[in-house]
Amino acid sequence: MSPRRRHGRSRMVAALPTLVGVIVAATFLAPLAWAVLASFRPAAEAAQPPLPPWPTQGFSLDAYRTLDSASGGLWLHAANSGLVAGATVVLSVVVSLFAGYGFSRYRFPLRNTCFVLVMTTMMVPFQSILVPLFILLTHLHLQNTLTGLTLVYVTLQLPFSIFMMRNAFDAVPKEIEEAARIDGVRDLRLLVRVLLPLVMPGVATVAIFAFLNSWNEFLAALIFLSDENKFTLPVLMTAVRAGRFGSIDWGAVQAGVTVMMIPCLVVFLALQRFYIRGLTAGAVK
Amino acid sequence: MSVTSLPTAAVAASRPKGRRRRRRDLVGLLYVLPAMALVLVFFIVPIGMTAWMSLHNWPLLGLPRFIGLRNYERLWSDAGFWASLRFTLVYTGVATVAIFAVAFPLALLVEKPRPLASLLRTAFFLPVVVGFATAALLWVWLLNTDSGLFSPALQALGITPQRINILGTFDTAFAAIVAMVVWKVAGFTMILLMTGLQGIPADIVEAARIDHAGPLQRFRFITLPLMRRTLGLALILCITGSMLAFDQFYIMVAGGPGNQTLTAVYWIFNQSFVSFRLGYGAALSIVLLAILLVLSLGQLWLLRDREDAR
Repeated sequence: MSPRRRHGRSRMVAALPTLVGVIVAATFLAPLAWAVLASFRPAAEAAQPPLPPWPTQGFSLDAYRTLDSASGGLWLHAANSGLVAGATVVLSVVVSLFAGYGFSRYRFPLRNTCFVLVMTTMMVPFQSILVPLFILLTHLHLQNTLTGLTLVYVTLQLPFSIFMMRNAFDAVPKEIEEAARIDGVRDLRLLVRVLLPLVMPGVATVAIFAFLNSWNEFLAALIFLSDENKFTLPVLMTAVRAGRFGSIDWGAVQAGVTVMMIPCLVVFLALQRFYIRGLTAGAVK
Repeated sequence: MSVTSLPTAAVAASRPKGRRRRRRDLVGLLYVLPAMALVLVFFIVPIGMTAWMSLHNWPLLGLPRFIGLRNYERLWSDAGFWASLRFTLVYTGVATVAIFAVAFPLALLVEKPRPLASLLRTAFFLPVVVGFATAALLWVWLLNTDSGLFSPALQALGITPQRINILGTFDTAFAAIVAMVVWKVAGFTMILLMTGLQGIPADIVEAARIDHAGPLQRFRFITLPLMRRTLGLALILCITGSMLAFDQFYIMVAGGPGNQTLTAVYWIFNQSFVSFRLGYGAALSIVLLAILLVLSLGQLWLLRDREDAR
């Protein structure tokens, strides 16, 4: 074997993992691409096997129109999901910003007890407290409301969020606050004007997890929402798939999957850095 | 619980320590108050309520009746519940092995700086950020006999003589759901394992290479022992996640065929919110909670030396 051929072969061996990786990556991405492409096929094609997945008889929004005719309309349910997810993000950020600041900067009685209590709830799966939550929400007149669902979601986000925000504040040097205090900036103004910009990475992590978890949550939404008009997208789509609004329309399912998927992919791709940070921090907590 | 702990905190805070100090203490308490209120009302109180409700016959309408431990007696002889628990364990075992079998090679692949590594990492991870319900809906379409991808493709390739209903029999349905879960979750486990791999000091690997340790030996005697903690953590997260599986079984097969894929959470859901036996559902929840707590304590035990270091 000539040295040149040997060199060529070793380069091929070196490129092999990348080649395998590309093939596996294509397999991982295929189902996502398949659903998005198939959702733009005209109604006549919707029940056909997706071979090929892209529209062959012209691009069409039929599937989205069919889905829009189910229940209260696609936009109503997208708005429900968006409202719940948006409110969960805002509340989780605000509540954990305060709590993280309080736990990091103030000494008050039972501080450690409170912190440990919040962290311990991470060990309790929320699936095991759904029954009393249902009763509790009924008593508070929050059962079958988006507000009730949001409050439950915020609570589920809190242990992780508070942990992230306390760490974020712990990383800010105390000298910055002291300097600001000397300049007469105190309390809330200090927190919002001076410290908030410094803990923004933590806020981004909290926000992205709150968004993805609340946008995607299914079981609690299925149990707590009984009014069709209040369904979030996952609950609506399960009803569509079960044929509750007439025979199963696979085009509508593909359209629904696309609508539920795209915001998650966009948010993740835009804020990937903060997501992975939260994932590894939460994992090694 | 919510009633007792907060006032005690306030009383303790009013001990004389100088007015400035006391004011600062109270301010700190104010900052954590909203979070504590939410956690108490929507988490701690419900945990207590679960225990309390499990001792009652608790219908949706009408008054609950105290029945002592009768729910637990009934649970003991509830063949359906034990069957669902057994199925959950089997599913957890199979899914965990399958996820690791895919995630570990992927982690080894994306860990080293090679061309496209970060792009590949993102591609493998994308299904993780899609919701479980969304993924289940997507796959239930792909698995449909007539309008899906797999059955027609298998027929077109001549592997099956006609289109088969993949979700119609237990074995194929189970395999399909495990495949979906691996696709959905492997990226998550991959990232965890990757951070573990990157934490292995390069000089140790180099020293082993100089000592003529082959790639397999290096993997067995250096990589695996040095990432024991990461492995343990990824394993626990994988197991607890699988033990609580519900969405995919509800959406893709509705617990079928023949109720063979009812998981523990699914059984609790059915008892509590389909049959509305809320007290009994609470008793089942307590059992699930106990199992998961044991698993979480296992996680803490695995992470203990790090805690000591802090």
